[in-house]
Amino acid sequence: MTWEAVIGLEIHVHLKTRTKMFCRCAVGALDDPNTRTCPICLAHPGTLPVPNKRAIEMTMRLGLALGCEIAERAIFHRKNYFYPDNPKGYQISQYDEPLCLNGRLRLPGPDGWAEIGITRAHLEEDAAKTLHVGGAEGRIHGATASLIDFNRAGTPLVEIVTEPDIRTAEQARRFLQLLRQTVVELGISDAEMEKGSLRFDVNVSVRPAGADELRTRTELKNMNSFAFAARGIEREIERQVALYESGGQVEQETLHFDPNREDAPPLRSKEEAQDYRYFPEPDLVPVEPLLEWSLDELKATLPELPAARLERLLAAGLELRDAEALNTEHARVSLFETLREAGIEPKPAATFVLNDVTRHEVDPARVNGAELAKVLRERDEIPREAFDAAVAASAGDGFSADEYLQERTVADASALDPVIDRILSENAEQVEAYRAGKKGLLGFFVGLVMRETGGKANPKVVSERLLEKLEI
Amino acid sequence: MIDTLRLTAEEAAGLLELGDVSATELHAAYRAAIDERDPELHAFLTTVDQVEGEGVPIAFKDLISTRGIETTAASKILAGYKPLFDATVATRCKEAGLPLLGKTNMDEFAMGSSTENSGYGPTRNPWDPERVPGGSSGGSTAAVAAGLAPWALGSDTGGSIKQPAALCGVVGLRPTYGTVSRYGIVAFASSLDQIGPIAKTVRDCARLYRIVSGRDPCDSTTVDLPQAVELPEAEDLRGLKIGVPKELNEADGIEAGVGEQVAGALELARELGAEIEECSLPRSVDYGLPCYYLIAPSEASSNLARYDGVRYGYRAAGDTDLRELYARTRDEGFGDEPKRRIMLGTYALSAGYYEAFYGQAQKVRTLIKREHDALFERFDLLASPTSPTVAFRLGERTQNPLAMYLADVLTIPSNMAGLPGLSVPCGLSEGLPVGLQLIGPQFSENTLFRAGHALEGALGFDFVPERLR
Repeated sequence: MTWEAVIGLEIHVHLKTRTKMFCRCAVGALDDPNTRTCPICLAHPGTLPVPNKRAIEMTMRLGLALGCEIAERAIFHRKNYFYPDNPKGYQISQYDEPLCLNGRLRLPGPDGWAEIGITRAHLEEDAAKTLHVGGAEGRIHGATASLIDFNRAGTPLVEIVTEPDIRTAEQARRFLQLLRQTVVELGISDAEMEKGSLRFDVNVSVRPAGADELRTRTELKNMNSFAFAARGIEREIERQVALYESGGQVEQETLHFDPNREDAPPLRSKEEAQDYRYFPEPDLVPVEPLLEWSLDELKATLPELPAARLERLLAAGLELRDAEALNTEHARVSLFETLREAGIEPKPAATFVLNDVTRHEVDPARVNGAELAKVLRERDEIPREAFDAAVAASAGDGFSADEYLQERTVADASALDPVIDRILSENAEQVEAYRAGKKGLLGFFVGLVMRETGGKANPKVVSERLLEKLEI
Repeated sequence: MIDTLRLTAEEAAGLLELGDVSATELHAAYRAAIDERDPELHAFLTTVDQVEGEGVPIAFKDLISTRGIETTAASKILAGYKPLFDATVATRCKEAGLPLLGKTNMDEFAMGSSTENSGYGPTRNPWDPERVPGGSSGGSTAAVAAGLAPWALGSDTGGSIKQPAALCGVVGLRPTYGTVSRYGIVAFASSLDQIGPIAKTVRDCARLYRIVSGRDPCDSTTVDLPQAVELPEAEDLRGLKIGVPKELNEADGIEAGVGEQVAGALELARELGAEIEECSLPRSVDYGLPCYYLIAPSEASSNLARYDGVRYGYRAAGDTDLRELYARTRDEGFGDEPKRRIMLGTYALSAGYYEAFYGQAQKVRTLIKREHDALFERFDLLASPTSPTVAFRLGERTQNPLAMYLADVLTIPSNMAGLPGLSVPCGLSEGLPVGLQLIGPQFSENTLFRAGHALEGALGFDFVPERLR
């Protein structure tokens, strides 16, 4: 039997607001512990939440970028549970009336386009950070004490939940990559996994290919990179398939990966039926975005989205790999497109941006593409050093192609022939040796001509002329 | 000599204005009264000696956060807790120059109707120390009745201002939900809690309400008052239509003496020019109490989760693990009534029960609101007894929580609808005060003050407890 995977993602993204979600403490999770706190985020008696308008706006912009409907009325709920990182005893989150609903992200793949449904994107507050000391590797087991840093408590988080539309580990990786890039370019988050500003969980199940059923899923937690996640998903799919094929059953459980030790097998835990006793947060009134914002105006603030750009690159005839590589930076795509407009073919334009521009560590956003295109068009006509110098200088002020094009090589045979003839006559021994079979000496002659012309000769033409004269 | 038993806040303000007394002397007079009478009454949990402000002094229910001054909500779990900030109402009183006299006793976390649920011992009724002052703002109402404070702030969730005001023979206003900030108020049931004034006269209540009301950016559920607060002047009730819902006036358990005094007050209202007519709230009274006891405990179970011994307040002794720390701190720190309500609320919010309990109660709440709205198309105000009974004896209901819950049966329906209500003393039954409850539509405080003031003048109730005259 062939099997297919059914994969859904839950992604948490820290919003880049100046202040926390429900109080006016500065966001500074990495500052000295417990220096970004106030009675509200420490849940002192009688304190009340006041929502951060910027965070709501950022979430709506993300929703619009993901093609979501923006709710006319969204409400915050309390999610109740006891843990020291949760000072109020409840987290303010959203439950059945989130801000953004029913979106989609179009995702290209080697087999064409897929549409990944976005169930919802909602706003909530993050928990504090706990640190277990005295035990091994910061784990709670064996710890002698737990320390709590409330700097992160109450910082705004967006949770994005996808439909179980993803079918392969590779597709999951692609989705995460594109989503990450979208939030970064919207300017709403740094989305850096190493800083914890982007975290995600993966739900995985398998079923016979083409079936409609949804089988028992497992949840993968704590993966520290997209590549790690892809490998983890791959292994989990194989494990589930092997289980079914040997007549076993998949159990609903959570696989906790150790983000510091990729190769370690994940710890398994039974999914506890947690009852969070959700109910509408009585300290807040419903959010009615349409009364405060014009969706058209918000839409107008969206930059061109990475997904749309990718679509355009593929339409221009690029291979997926090149298109994705270019698309990791908006400026790369812009430079690519400037080069295209200047008449450079897609493949060489992409290769140039991905290889040469990258190699010279030039900021593609600052490159004068139109001028650089002139140099690129004449690539074979100028010395390699001149070409490299042009690329390296292309992001500088007042960059002009002319300076480098003046270095145009001498390709005119009538200008080169006298030099070549002279060199051949001066090196009769080597000419004899060549003709006797030491073909490697061609490079020696090319070198001499180049030196004689101060590097201005076109090496290709020099070789051609030399061959013609030597192979008589 | 300042007679704190008789002096109203308005009169006190007059004395200050004329320079007849200083704010310090006034404060000292009340502090002396506290020293004299509070050992018997136990209306105060904390007293304040420092006089901050040039105005008429005030007492706060102990769930109002006061910066640097212990605020416990009468719970052991908050013993020693001193807030880092002032509640918005405390700030507004400070800005109005009202020096604090102290923090008053209450039922723990405002859960109760007798002030016997305090973690620090009960308060006694100034009219009869063998009886309760009502609750949960019993400390504030007893303090005002006994001349220990000219006015005070209380909080009302199911009737916690109106009911003890009635039992102590003082005036209490539960304002329209959302007109007074809850920022800094130790929360019991967020969708019902309201801070309100308690005083000897309706005009004093209006003055204090004027100081504390209005939108607060720190409380998203607050609004600006549509009209400024007016101090009532009129001595008549001409043009007012008062409905008398029979379910609120003929409910089981209303004592005959209470019914008579209220009927008498309504007769007087008619003489003052009001139109009085019987009407009906067929479902609000039957459903109000049960719905209240789903919604309030549900919210409380969540609001009280923060008392975990980790950051402030009481923490169980001993080196324990997390679960043990939570369990022992909360077991030792909370009294029986909070525990009872936390359990009720946790159950009502649980998966599988939410729709049947909390969800359903919210729907009924909408229905109660509509039923009231419909009556306010015909009437300006509704009237009933505030409490079915006069003050009961200490210990009489402590073993029977349901009997205690019934003390609020008449105040809860309009609270569930978010409506304002005023309790005005209207006479004595068995030598104990009886309160008349006036209920108005949202933002009708000015009408309530007008009606309360006119009736107060006509009734001529003497607010000084007979035994202290």
